[in-house]
Amino acid sequence: MLRYEMICVGAGPAGLAAAIEAAKNGVQVVVFDENDRPGGQLFKQIHKFFGSREHRAKERGFNIGQAFLDQARETGVEVTLNAVVLGIYENGAMNVMIGDQVKQVRAQKIVVATGAAENMVPFPGWTLPGVIGAGAAQTMANIHGIRPGNKILMVGSGNVGIIVGYQMLQAGSRVAAIIDAAPKIGGYAVHAAKVARAGVPFLMSHTIKQAHGKECVTGATVIQVDSSWQPVAGTEKEFEVDTICIAVGLNPTTQLLGMAGCKMTHVPTLGGRIPVHDLDQETTVKGIYVAGDVSGIEEASTAIIEGRIAGLAIAHRLGYMDDGTFRKEREKQSQSMKGLRSGSHGERRAKAKEYLNAIMPAAI
Amino acid sequence: MTPDSSLTGFLTEEELKEGPGIPSAARRGKGPVAVIECLEDIPCNPCESSCKAGAIVVGEDITQLPHLDGDKCIACNTCVHNCPGQAIFMVDESLPGGRATVMMPYEYRPLPAEGDGVIALDRAGQVLGDATVIKIRQTRRMDRTATITIEVPKKWSMRARAIRLKT
Repeated sequence: MLRYEMICVGAGPAGLAAAIEAAKNGVQVVVFDENDRPGGQLFKQIHKFFGSREHRAKERGFNIGQAFLDQARETGVEVTLNAVVLGIYENGAMNVMIGDQVKQVRAQKIVVATGAAENMVPFPGWTLPGVIGAGAAQTMANIHGIRPGNKILMVGSGNVGIIVGYQMLQAGSRVAAIIDAAPKIGGYAVHAAKVARAGVPFLMSHTIKQAHGKECVTGATVIQVDSSWQPVAGTEKEFEVDTICIAVGLNPTTQLLGMAGCKMTHVPTLGGRIPVHDLDQETTVKGIYVAGDVSGIEEASTAIIEGRIAGLAIAHRLGYMDDGTFRKEREKQSQSMKGLRSGSHGERRAKAKEYLNAIMPAAI
Repeated sequence: MTPDSSLTGFLTEEELKEGPGIPSAARRGKGPVAVIECLEDIPCNPCESSCKAGAIVVGEDITQLPHLDGDKCIACNTCVHNCPGQAIFMVDESLPGGRATVMMPYEYRPLPAEGDGVIALDRAGQVLGDATVIKIRQTRRMDRTATITIEVPKKWSMRARAIRLKT
């Protein structure tokens, strides 16, 4: 059995940040990721990030991703790709499938930074080729340089829907409309303004009724919903589109945590069932930490800070950092986080996280 | 009543009027000045940190709206390409003959060429009419956000916020 001081599951922004922070302080770290490229969603993020300088604002996601990979190399973080963690068992034992081999590994501390999966919305025709997740559209356009469709209907007006809508325009697609069953646009106003001035209409209180087509999508019917989310007959609108992009939220990928026995709680603001965790990002199972979307859907910038906090806590717990330094460093990260979890969009997330932290003592 | 931006995505002139980032008409008439169309309390301050003249203030709490001191703005254009939300424009209403220029961030390709005729669009993407590209800037520092300056009739200076290329 291979033994490590720390194993990180997921090489996205949260996992890499945790690994780098711990390794910088002397912890021996390996990161497993099931993909053949590290970076998680960062390399799809071609837009400039918000925040302030300490959050690397105005830098594009893929550049931040590249910087992370460089830093991981410099700090001696071992990143193993095509490595699927199959399960987390007692005392930090783990099965990981690397290529076609299953290996048993063990770590003193584990960070689960598995991110999230896209929600889907079922409707007649939703299995037709041409109905895709916004994440898929982003992968095709921004990683592989392939335009997913020529005329797109975007379902969902959160930041993902609007940003991907904008990126589809950049890829040369037309965006017929961005629709959302919610009564108001969910994403940041400046993102919405960017696509609006390109002529993309927003249809609020509208949901998709049906996708048309035999072999693939040739159109869509959308319909207005009333204040109790019920379709209003006679309000149907037809769109001639070849692609329907679904951006209706994300759901934390918590299966490994559930298996390990971490207590979960339902927090709608953070995307569903979330592992209860404390201010150090540690779950109810000692030694298992969480960071990033798996611990509540937020953003890359907040995921990075959570990762750093987990990495610092682990370095401290393993004896690589004294109490004073740890408290100072963690405070610095908390302050930086406070900035990102403020304002009308961030405050709700801050409250939800406070709730998660507050119920921790009772959950252990 | 015009629906507000939470339904349509674009800010109305009504919403913008009281914005702390909008320079006065008097200031706009004196020469190029930043117009900051950012009215939401999101945590973000690259405009402030990129303003060497100290004309943009967000403050310690980075969810505060950017406040512009038009008299301090030296129209260096840095904020226009640094704003991650592409919410800052540079407007000059000092041109003779009832003309004005509007500089906007632009991340579509291909870029038009200087001298090209383009179609000016308003915040809703509606056609205002013909405009001429008078300047294009794209440097390494701008990290792929080009800026395009168009010349338009002065009455469009606070309305023209996008372009469509003529194909």
